[in-house]
Amino acid sequence: MTGHAAETVTSAWSMYRAIVGIGAFCALVIVVVFQSTAERIRDNQARFLAAAISEVLPETRETVAVTRSENGRLEATSDSLPLPVFLAYGSGGDLAGAVVTAQGMGYQDNIRVIYAYSFAENAIVGFKILESKETPGLGDRVEIEPHFIANFVALDVSLDSSGTALKNPIVTVKQGEKNGAWQIDGITGATITSEAIGNLLNDSAGSWVPVLERDARTIAPPESK
Amino acid sequence: MAKKTITPTDEFVKGLWRDNPVFVQVLGMCPALAVSNTALNALAMGLATTFVLLMSGLSVSLLRNFIPREARIVCYICIIATFVTSVDYLIMALSLELHRALGAFIALIVVNCLILGRAEAFASKNTPARSLLDGLGMGIGFTLALLFIGVVREILGSGSLFGYPVLPDTFQTWTVMVLPSGGFFAMALWLLIVNRIKKKAADAARKPAEVTA
Amino acid sequence: MNDASYWSIFLNAALVNNFVLAYFLGICPFFGVSSRLETALRMGAAVSFVMLVASVCAFLINLLLDAVGAPYLRIISYILVISSTVQLVEMLMKKFSPATFRAMGIYLPLITTNCAILGLALFQTNRSYGFTQAVVFSLGAGAGFVLALILMAGVREKLELNEVPDLVKGTVAALVVAGILSMGFMGFAGLGR
Repeated sequence: MTGHAAETVTSAWSMYRAIVGIGAFCALVIVVVFQSTAERIRDNQARFLAAAISEVLPETRETVAVTRSENGRLEATSDSLPLPVFLAYGSGGDLAGAVVTAQGMGYQDNIRVIYAYSFAENAIVGFKILESKETPGLGDRVEIEPHFIANFVALDVSLDSSGTALKNPIVTVKQGEKNGAWQIDGITGATITSEAIGNLLNDSAGSWVPVLERDARTIAPPESK
Repeated sequence: MAKKTITPTDEFVKGLWRDNPVFVQVLGMCPALAVSNTALNALAMGLATTFVLLMSGLSVSLLRNFIPREARIVCYICIIATFVTSVDYLIMALSLELHRALGAFIALIVVNCLILGRAEAFASKNTPARSLLDGLGMGIGFTLALLFIGVVREILGSGSLFGYPVLPDTFQTWTVMVLPSGGFFAMALWLLIVNRIKKKAADAARKPAEVTA
Repeated sequence: MNDASYWSIFLNAALVNNFVLAYFLGICPFFGVSSRLETALRMGAAVSFVMLVASVCAFLINLLLDAVGAPYLRIISYILVISSTVQLVEMLMKKFSPATFRAMGIYLPLITTNCAILGLALFQTNRSYGFTQAVVFSLGAGAGFVLALILMAGVREKLELNEVPDLVKGTVAALVVAGILSMGFMGFAGLGR
């Protein structure tokens, strides 16, 4: 009997120490790997983003990350956000435009894009797909098809008279049927992906352009070096 | 009862063909089909899985006398999840693009029945050295299987191999091969070939016995 | 918070991007259980339930992890919650329906390693779904899983009554059927937008 009792006691203790021990071991490994890779990952992400920004708005020399504060006003931020937005300044320290990241559901999975908004033209002047898992050969043609890319040389996103919404919502139309600067000429055979991009741009521009137009000049530009 | 001694080489080699995880044991199919639409993704996934197999097999084997029977599955899962998280961050540090291409499927390595299966069936009962060999063999066998599927899908579906075009432009790519259906078909094709080879080998092994009988 | 509507999330998870036929999640049990319609239905029900619970738990865990700033604990916490849920389902089933428990056999604990459940938790996190969206997502995924299982089981039962060459019998045939089903489901593209 004593032998049996001793066995159960040891068993409970060995269970306890195993679970705690394994837990501690696992936590240690995870934290070590996380800490040692964190900086490299941050660098990778920053480099990737910087490259994307200069691709969509080449005249960018400096950027200031912005976000919407609680009362809806634009304010500079140093937090790293999942969908960052930047004000871009040219070589003379002047406001060259704004760069916005956005995401939306495509056919297969989320699509993440980055686009450049020009205050001078009230239009989207640069566009790049950051992440997409669309069907190769079909949906992913949005990344390479010339007539689709040409949509974003000057996609009209001017505001209506109240300044709170887009005058003409961005909409994707069938290939070849584009007759307005706010329309996106879609790709036949990649309708869903084309429409998804139209929808996500409409949502993003509709929510950011009014705020940018109203508040961008209130943000202090970075000190010129 | 004498235990058949398995040489270290055999521990390693068995994972490559005889007990190939994908084609023989039919384990770990989810990632095999999901990320094998290009050869590069297949290779990356295979290597990541091999890493987790090795590290978790080693850990489980080292800790095998420390983990009580009742709590073993929970402990194995914890250990496997730890190394999956590690490989996730390592890939992110190595190449953001690759990480985006593989996406959630890196994290899904943790539910790859192969890893838990090897921990339970082998690593918990063998020395670290043998567990390492077993993990390496299974991992490479898994990677090779994934590569076979990935190569077929990429060549037929995109006309390229590791991104380099290998078929002339006039070739109308079989887009279905890079779609989910293609994964099923490519896997079926290889399984068919493997079955055929095994059947031939079994028939050949049987024939001499029949002749003498 | 994602902008997708509930209806489109449900349809997307169930049909357009069916977990088994489009994302390859949940294949192991899919091929293991789909040879008999009855076991398929039971498995589908169990998986759907675990999916729902896992989805809610994943949402709550994610809130906690974001609050403490420990994203690296995500995988390990998700999988531990999923295993506990499966244990719970096993216990409940043993108590309330022992016959079903015996019929399910090894497949019940295998739900833990069912990539579909962890995949569900990870996808809903990646797409930043809100609470109701996550629940709808899990309901759609479960429904889609059951649907795929039923279709597959139906076909495989019929297939067994026919003459199929030895080499193709079993898994190879099942894979080809799955491929054809997957192509069929592609026809749902665009539904619910």
